[in-house]
Amino acid sequence: MSAAKANLELLPRSLQALLALAFLALALFPLVGTDFYVQSVARMMILAMFAMSLDLLLGVTGLVSLGHAAFFGLAGYALAFLTPAGEPVSLWWTLPAAVAASGLAALVIGFFVVRTHGIYFIMVTMAFAQMVYYLFFDNKWLGGSDGLYVNFKPDAWLFDLDSKLGFYYFTLAMLALVYCFLRRLLWSPFGRVLAGIRVNEHRMRAMGYGTFGYKLAAFTLAGALAGLAGYLYAAQSGFVNPELMGFHASAHAIMMVILGGMGNFAGAIVGAFAFEYLLHWFKDLPQVGAFNLGKHWQLWMGLFIVLVVVFARAGLLGALERLTRRRPAAPVPTEEERTA
Amino acid sequence: MNEVLLSARDITKRFGGLSAVNQVCLDLHQGAIHAVIGPNGAGKSTLTHLLSGDIAPSAGTVTLAGQDVTGWRPERISRAGLGRSYQKTNIFLPFTVWENVRLAAQSRRQRAVRWLSLAGGFADTNERATRALELARLQHRRDAVAGTMSHGEQRQLEIAMSLATAPRVLLLDEPLAGMGTAEAERMVELLLRLKAEHAMMLVEHDMDAVFALADRLTVMVNGQVIASGAPAQVRADPMVQTAYLGEEH
Repeated sequence: MSAAKANLELLPRSLQALLALAFLALALFPLVGTDFYVQSVARMMILAMFAMSLDLLLGVTGLVSLGHAAFFGLAGYALAFLTPAGEPVSLWWTLPAAVAASGLAALVIGFFVVRTHGIYFIMVTMAFAQMVYYLFFDNKWLGGSDGLYVNFKPDAWLFDLDSKLGFYYFTLAMLALVYCFLRRLLWSPFGRVLAGIRVNEHRMRAMGYGTFGYKLAAFTLAGALAGLAGYLYAAQSGFVNPELMGFHASAHAIMMVILGGMGNFAGAIVGAFAFEYLLHWFKDLPQVGAFNLGKHWQLWMGLFIVLVVVFARAGLLGALERLTRRRPAAPVPTEEERTA
Repeated sequence: MNEVLLSARDITKRFGGLSAVNQVCLDLHQGAIHAVIGPNGAGKSTLTHLLSGDIAPSAGTVTLAGQDVTGWRPERISRAGLGRSYQKTNIFLPFTVWENVRLAAQSRRQRAVRWLSLAGGFADTNERATRALELARLQHRRDAVAGTMSHGEQRQLEIAMSLATAPRVLLLDEPLAGMGTAEAERMVELLLRLKAEHAMMLVEHDMDAVFALADRLTVMVNGQVIASGAPAQVRADPMVQTAYLGEEH
C-alpha cells in the first residue's frame, strides 16, 4: 500500500464529503447547543488546531516532538502579558504578536533540536519544554505556579469575542483557515520535501536537500500554529498557568494525532474531538463498589488508544474511511445461474 | 581525454587504526566510465562515500568541476553536480515512481520554495523528471509504488533519481548487484546511454559488465590502489591477477 493511501494523504471523496458535512454541522451547532456545549466545542476546535500543528511534525515530517505544548502555552502567556488590567486589547496586533513569539521560540529551540534524530529528538524536545515550564512555574513575576489572568477577551473588530457565539464562529473560521492552509502546504514543494524527510532523510540529503533548514522551518511553523491555538485557548478560558506547557499537554496532543490518524491533518481534528469527548465521558463514569471508574479515566483512555492503534493503524479517520469505502457490488447472477 | 570533472588526490579515511581508504588518487573524465573493482572490504564503497560527502575524509582533497569540495556536506556536493546511487537500494519505497524522480528533480529549484503552490506544477521540474524516467526506460511504471516493483526496476529507479538531479558526475555503487541476466543487460545498456553526457565511476563485481563498460579500471585491495589504467593493461598486470582476478581471468 502506498504511503499516500496508508496515511490518507490523499483524502478520498467519501471522506472529503464527510468533512464538509462535519464543517456544516459545526457551523449549525450553536443553533441547537446550549452555552455550555457551544463553549466545549469551541475548546475542541482550539485543541484540533493544536493537534494539526503537531501533525505537521509528527505525521508529515516524522519528528516526534514531546514538547509541543511549550509553544501552545507561550502564546497564551503572551496574551496574558499584553492584556492590560483595565481594558481589552486589540486582537489584530496581539494575535500576530503572540503567534510570532511562539514561532520565534520554536525557531530558537528548533535550531538546537532538529539536529538530533529519533529518540534523542524526543528527549531533547521534552527537555526544552520542561525548561520553559519551570521558567514560568518558578518565577513569581511570570505568574508562578498559579499562572495569570487574562482579564478581558481580546477585541476583534467584526467578531464579538465576548459573546459565546462570536468566539465560536471566530474559532471555527480559524480552524477552517488553518486546515486549508496545511492541506495546501502538504502538496506544495515544501510539503513534499517534508514527506521525503519522513520517509528517507539520508536520500534527501544525497539529492541535494539541506534537510536541517526544512526541518527547522517546519518546527518553527508548527510552533507558530500551536501559538495560534494557545492564544485562543487563553482568550477563551481567561487564564493561563504552567500546565498549558506541561508534559501532559504535549503528550495529550500526541495521543490526539495518533488517535485520529497521522499525516493528513483531518485525522488530527477527528482525534482532538474524540479525545476531548472521551475524556469527559470517561471522567463521568460512575462509582462501582469501592472503585471509582471516572477517577481512573486515564486507564480507559489508554486502553482505547491501544485498541485503536492495534486495530486501526490509520486511526479513527482510517476506520471511517474503511466504513465509507464503497464495497464492490455483489456480482449479479447470470441468466444460466438463475435458471440452474 | 576529455575534461576531468572529478578528481581525488591522496584521499584517505582512517577508522581508528585502520585505513579503510589509503591515499587514493582518481580522475573521472567527461564521457568516460571509470570502473573500480576489488575484493570485499577493499574500501570501494567507502571511497564512494568519501567522494559524495557521506563520509568526511581524514586527509586528501576532492575537486568537483574545478571546485575544491573536500569536507562538504552531501547536499552541497549534490548541488555542485554530483549524483550517486547506493549499494543497497536507497529510494522512497512508499512513493510512486513519479514522486521519487519528481522529488529528485525538485532539488534543483530550492531557491524559490513556494509554500502555497502545488508541487506538481513546475514545468522545469516535471521536464527533468520525465527525461530521467525516459532515460531509465521507466515511463511505463510512472504510477507504480516504488516498494512494489522488482529489485531490478528499483535499481533503475535509483539511477533515474540520480539523473533527475542533472548531475555532471555519477557515482554508481554496484548497480548490477542482485540482478538477473536480462535485468543486468538492460542496466548495462542504460549505463552506456548515460556515458556520453557524464563522468562516471562504477563500482562493480560483475566482471563481464566491467569489461563491457569501463574505459579505465582501478583495482583496490585493502584500501589501496594496486593498479590503474586501461582495462586490458590492468587485466594483464600480474599483481592484479594474483591479488584479485585469480584463475578465472
